[in-house]
Amino acid sequence: MPDNDLSLIAHLMRRAGFGARRDELEAYSARKYDAVVEDVLYPERAPSLEEDILDRYNGWDKDKGVAASWMYRMVNSERHLEEKIALFWHHVFATGTNKSEHDPSHMGEIEMFRRIGLSDMRTLLIGLSKDPAMIYWLDNNENHKDEPNENYGREILELFSMGVGNYTETDIKMAGRAFTGWTFTQPIPLYPTGIYNTSFVYKEDDHDDSEKTFLGETGCFNGEDIVDIIVKQPATARFISRHMYNFFVADEPQVPAWGDKPPGDPEAIDALVGTYLDSDGDIRSMLRVLFNSDFFKEARFKRVKTPAELVAGVIKLVGTDRFPAPGFVRYAQAATLMGQQLFNPPTVEGWHTGQEWINGGTLNERVNFAVNQVGDASKPGLRDIVDRLGSTGGSVTPAELVDRCLDLVGPLDVSDDARDGLLEYANAVGELKLGTKAEREQSQLHVVRMIQLIVATREYQFA
Amino acid sequence: MARNSNGKDPVLVVVQLSGGNDFMNTVIPYTEPAYHDARPLVRINEEDVLPLNDTLGWHPSAEPMKELYDEGKVAIVQGVGYPDSNRSHFRGMDIMHTCEPVKVVSEGWVAKAIRDLDPKGENVLTGINVGQVLPRAMSMQGVPVTSVSKLESYGLMTGISEDQQRDQALEIFKKMYGQAIGSGVVMDYLAQTGADVLKGADILKRAPAMYSSDIEYADNPIAQSLRDVARMHLGGFGTRIFYAAHGGYDVHANENPDQPKLLSAMTGAINDFYRDLEAHDAADEVAIMVFTEFGRRIKDNGTGTDHGSGGGSFIIGKNVTGGLYSEYPPITPDKWLNGEDMQHTFDFRGVYATMLDQWLGLDPDPIVGGKYEQVHPFN
Repeated sequence: MPDNDLSLIAHLMRRAGFGARRDELEAYSARKYDAVVEDVLYPERAPSLEEDILDRYNGWDKDKGVAASWMYRMVNSERHLEEKIALFWHHVFATGTNKSEHDPSHMGEIEMFRRIGLSDMRTLLIGLSKDPAMIYWLDNNENHKDEPNENYGREILELFSMGVGNYTETDIKMAGRAFTGWTFTQPIPLYPTGIYNTSFVYKEDDHDDSEKTFLGETGCFNGEDIVDIIVKQPATARFISRHMYNFFVADEPQVPAWGDKPPGDPEAIDALVGTYLDSDGDIRSMLRVLFNSDFFKEARFKRVKTPAELVAGVIKLVGTDRFPAPGFVRYAQAATLMGQQLFNPPTVEGWHTGQEWINGGTLNERVNFAVNQVGDASKPGLRDIVDRLGSTGGSVTPAELVDRCLDLVGPLDVSDDARDGLLEYANAVGELKLGTKAEREQSQLHVVRMIQLIVATREYQFA
Repeated sequence: MARNSNGKDPVLVVVQLSGGNDFMNTVIPYTEPAYHDARPLVRINEEDVLPLNDTLGWHPSAEPMKELYDEGKVAIVQGVGYPDSNRSHFRGMDIMHTCEPVKVVSEGWVAKAIRDLDPKGENVLTGINVGQVLPRAMSMQGVPVTSVSKLESYGLMTGISEDQQRDQALEIFKKMYGQAIGSGVVMDYLAQTGADVLKGADILKRAPAMYSSDIEYADNPIAQSLRDVARMHLGGFGTRIFYAAHGGYDVHANENPDQPKLLSAMTGAINDFYRDLEAHDAADEVAIMVFTEFGRRIKDNGTGTDHGSGGGSFIIGKNVTGGLYSEYPPITPDKWLNGEDMQHTFDFRGVYATMLDQWLGLDPDPIVGGKYEQVHPFN
């Protein structure tokens, strides 16, 4: 397999983004793979979606909730990794509006992930510790000099950096005390007058400045000092590397099992850990190693798509919804029905991934959503597929129909079971004439049905 | 196990009120000065309450529930909660779903009951969720649960309208989710799940045509969900536990206009459902349990009430001896928990245990994680 083939680029774009249109894939695959990776790693090289332009579209879903508006970005941003890294950190640093009922702070948190998501672990953890959405989510606004609340001190260690088993209960208490006085400006009254913005504020008179011993070091530590100590721990390097592997490479056991289940590919984790330690926890450097590695290139279709990936990927495939318009709220709801309500992870642990995305109800939703979306031959993405099938001559044989549709949807590799099923349909249809416009209009129904069957496969559930 | 005169297996219908129903404004201590003092703006006037005895009365919008109560079919379990109540919805509901107040776990109590009712997973319809999101209560690795958001559209490829073509697509789907094992754990799991959905949908698609009723359910989500439950139950597919959720109870604001709509929709739906079962001679084998994740703060906040503790549950059925169970939490200010909340007087796990033990005939202890006091509302 050549290093820069279209299938590899499609894989990269599914992982570093939410998929890409065929013409984008073709443009990328004409270039060297590592050069494409470099562009992906610097999303700011691509144009941004201008918020003020979005604001000109009255009646679109921006006001119907933060999730609809994020779905718009996932489908339309050309800064692929900017949205994907924001989703990654939303998985790891999970917060939800169901507790705060304060959408602006959560929108602000995702905005922060877009801004600093590819920086380094220190910048990220400082940003997170000063983020009003996180402060409220883990009650750090209730963490006072005289009445410490250790919730954030615990979770920054357990969920956001080192993982259980690498620190003591005393370390948790010390971390908690170091973050006393880290709070936000009061956005109250939440009701009945509307929603006010909020921002980080440090209250020195509510900060416990006494001496603390944390992970073997002693000093009058403040929150920044705690983060400094956390980010240089090898346990942090390993924890973040495993998260990164699980999100970008292949499904892993879930976090609670990491204490006793070794990674599926220990060498890959070692490579990421090494990069973390050499680069002072630089996320972009780690992803550069990851995207250029053999373990990444060989991991095609080794992850169950998250619902957000599935929904955004299908919309990109059908090529609709390129501009702000009502409807994105439906896509956000579709992801919810598949088990991923953006901005509302089920618990502080975030979402469980991999096989846990699938149950009877969610599989039903996944299949039906995709089948319904691709069921209309007038959508630009479907028209493009029909035109491409017709562009090489007058007709396609049943086997060609299967193989070329699989190629145009993915390229997607499928099992024999799936291919036999698809061939059964193609054989029933027989040779398909696509030479003239009239023939294409006659035949498009069968192409659409073929695409519907392809997006219903087990294989299509994987990224 | 409760006696069903018709000899049919008992069926449990769980109704979840999501957001934290204001129990104090549902079953109202209308003669208590402390109630009126604590709720200057969000309260029901004494003359509007529908009294159920000298001290407690139903919210006027709960009239359809009062009707069943007056017939002796509604057990009110008062003061339901748990120690150190967690005011967050997500943890609160999590705890209600898993019976685990400390650890975060992923196995739900209803799923464990389904496993015990159908240990070999022989019927994919033993447990059915009606609604858009599968509750954690029904989630457990290896326990198949069918989740139906709308009965008419349940099933795969429902967007393909022509019957013949849809049948063809489903045949191909079955092949593509083929029996070949060994293609990977997740691929095998997907194959099994796909087969279960096909199997379940194949049976359930018969339900609408088998059903006819004179009851006209209201056009709101909870009424339509319970209508789906009625249609599936009356289809006789062997379902033992149905689950439906009704959202919107998080009345921080605008409680005065919003709560009546919620109570009217919910109690109307339950009344219609009960009458529907009666009309089909099927009320004997069904019991309904209504729960919520927490009650609300005793004092109002001006236009609504904030998250609190000490809620209430309802157990409804033909085999139920109606009345008040457990005790209403004391509401004079000196008894407020942490100076602002209701104390709980009955552990929620005892309500579940009541249904599991006395209604479904299961051993409740391993399911709810210990021994909890039960109420005894069954005849």
